Amino acid sequence: MDVILKNLGLLINATLIATPPLLLAALGSCFSERSGVVNIGIEGMMTIGAFTGAVMGLYTGNGWLAFFCAGLAGAVFGLIHAVACISFHADQTIAGTAINFLGPGLAVFLCKAMFNNSSDTPAMAPSSKLPKLFEGVFPTGSFWNNVLNVYSVAYLVFVLAFVCWFVFYKTRFGAHLRAVGEHPEACESLGIDVYRVRYICVVLSGFMAGLGGAFVTLATINQFRPSIIVGQGFIAVAAVIFGKFSPEGATKACLLFGLCSGIKSLASQSNMISPNLISMIPYVVTILALVLFVGKAHTPAANGKIFVKSK
Amino acid sequence: MKKKILSVVLCAAVIASMTACGGSSSGTTETAAAGGAAETAGNEEKSDGGTAADGSDFKIGLITDVGGVNDGSFNQSAWEGLQTAMADMGVEANYLESSTDADYAPNIETFVDEDYDLIISVGYMLADATRAAAEANPDTNFAIIDDATIDLDNVTCLMFRQEQASYLVGYVAGLVTESDNIGFVLGMSNETMNQFGYGYVGGAIDANPDIKVQQFNVNSFSDSATGKTMTNTAITNGADVVFHAAGATGLGVIEACQEAGVYAIGVDSDQSSIAPETVITSAMKRVDNAVYDTVESLINGTLEGGIHTYDLAAGGVDIAPTQDLLSDEVIAAVDEVKAQIISGEIVVPVTREEFEASYGDVYELD
Repeated sequence: MDVILKNLGLLINATLIATPPLLLAALGSCFSERSGVVNIGIEGMMTIGAFTGAVMGLYTGNGWLAFFCAGLAGAVFGLIHAVACISFHADQTIAGTAINFLGPGLAVFLCKAMFNNSSDTPAMAPSSKLPKLFEGVFPTGSFWNNVLNVYSVAYLVFVLAFVCWFVFYKTRFGAHLRAVGEHPEACESLGIDVYRVRYICVVLSGFMAGLGGAFVTLATINQFRPSIIVGQGFIAVAAVIFGKFSPEGATKACLLFGLCSGIKSLASQSNMISPNLISMIPYVVTILALVLFVGKAHTPAANGKIFVKSK
Repeated sequence: MKKKILSVVLCAAVIASMTACGGSSSGTTETAAAGGAAETAGNEEKSDGGTAADGSDFKIGLITDVGGVNDGSFNQSAWEGLQTAMADMGVEANYLESSTDADYAPNIETFVDEDYDLIISVGYMLADATRAAAEANPDTNFAIIDDATIDLDNVTCLMFRQEQASYLVGYVAGLVTESDNIGFVLGMSNETMNQFGYGYVGGAIDANPDIKVQQFNVNSFSDSATGKTMTNTAITNGADVVFHAAGATGLGVIEACQEAGVYAIGVDSDQSSIAPETVITSAMKRVDNAVYDTVESLINGTLEGGIHTYDLAAGGVDIAPTQDLLSDEVIAAVDEVKAQIISGEIVVPVTREEFEASYGDVYELD
């Protein structure tokens, strides 16, 4: 019983470490995709968020402020994407790819400029990071310590997922954004400002991707390195499609990815199973889940299409 | 149609990001001005005052692997050694960073075309490119770090006895642990990386025969989150000291230890600055010393091809100078063991056979 409880605690703990960055980015991506703007620049936005979070944490010593600033940095990149795709009718995939090059490139460039030509930021003190819940309340290694003593943001993201669901399905803005992604011409004829709705959604997706990146530097570890975001943005994009472009679906998908990474950690002790097989777990599970349970995803009809405002 | 193109692009991007593990450094390859940031050589300088040879006629090039010269690890250490050589001997030195595996050969070619006297490749990943260039240019000197497979007269292979440094930190872990239970997180299981494990586990057992060593293989040098969850697993199962040999994955290891209030041991360079209250010591690989020596023998005309091994005695590997968290007894004991390794009294296992002959089959990751 003890062994089961202990491993369950570790599994939950691992899920709460791996899921939040993906989920934050994926929730943001839902807004962008559902409003009709493809955003594959999530990876770049996460990287700039991770960098900004690390730098602000280092200088201000305030984890929450750093976290918020990281979101703003992501939002700036979201704004660039929005201007290119919405106002200038650029191809959304290409603009997103450009963001994916720009984000890491700019982060490393700024890092080298600021920190004596180093591509890592210096490590920050534990007090500059995001706060943990129940610090020191439970003994190290106990079940409750593993489950409850995690970064408070790890729980907050699930509240945020609920808020996103609420905005999507229970508010006027949510109805507008879903409609804009399906039939922007019809929306325009009804007096909805398509550009405005899409701008808000794309900037919001940048903001949340920035938060996702900052979770890595302000909670998982304590500094920025160029290799820390590799691939997570794309997994978030995949989670959105996997979750049928809805906040609740994306949440489930991200939890599945997070859980797999927990299984990976537990299974890789002592080389019982080949480490190469273990590394495949998240991807195999994804393919199986896609084939067996998910079925056809409905892509928003206007997703990726250029919409030109009529005069 | 557009959707189809998008999905193809997306798949390609996912695959690219998976396979380009570890790397993704700063965009394109860059050439650095020789003078830059010479003061960053954090380790003690090997300055011999006025006795150093004059090397102002020599041009030396350094090619990094995908880590870049500021990776806080062996690329940086190699460049620091070269910077010290530049300051002491007046040689001209430059580096080229490689963003992907495909950059190695063109980077070497660039230095060959500019008539460099010595080209230093950092890491075994550059072995094939270095071998090809050395065969094509027998008059140019090459040196490669962490690779012993190139048997050419103009190639100097610089090897390190990392198992000796790992043995020392394992010994420290064995003395420091209160639960007789320690952890080890490995970045990848191969011959070179497993040497860290042989040394660490061996040292820990010699210091503390009752010890249990929990062993994990992350199979990635850049997955900090998994490094952290594996370390949490080790700590939950009772470990109170965890050593990593896992590059950026190790940042997650150190962070997990810091949060849980247990000790961590760093690798390659002195990593105590990442978490000063947590990192008790580090297993250091003095690539800077090896590079400096190679440059010096080039200038003195004594540079020879073949394998040059840098061990504890030659200052090629060592335990980190930061020892604030260790008690005097532990430091004294480690110094004694260090002297015994240097004198040959203790022989640290390098291969699986040697390890199992001394300790039995307790190393699980090979």
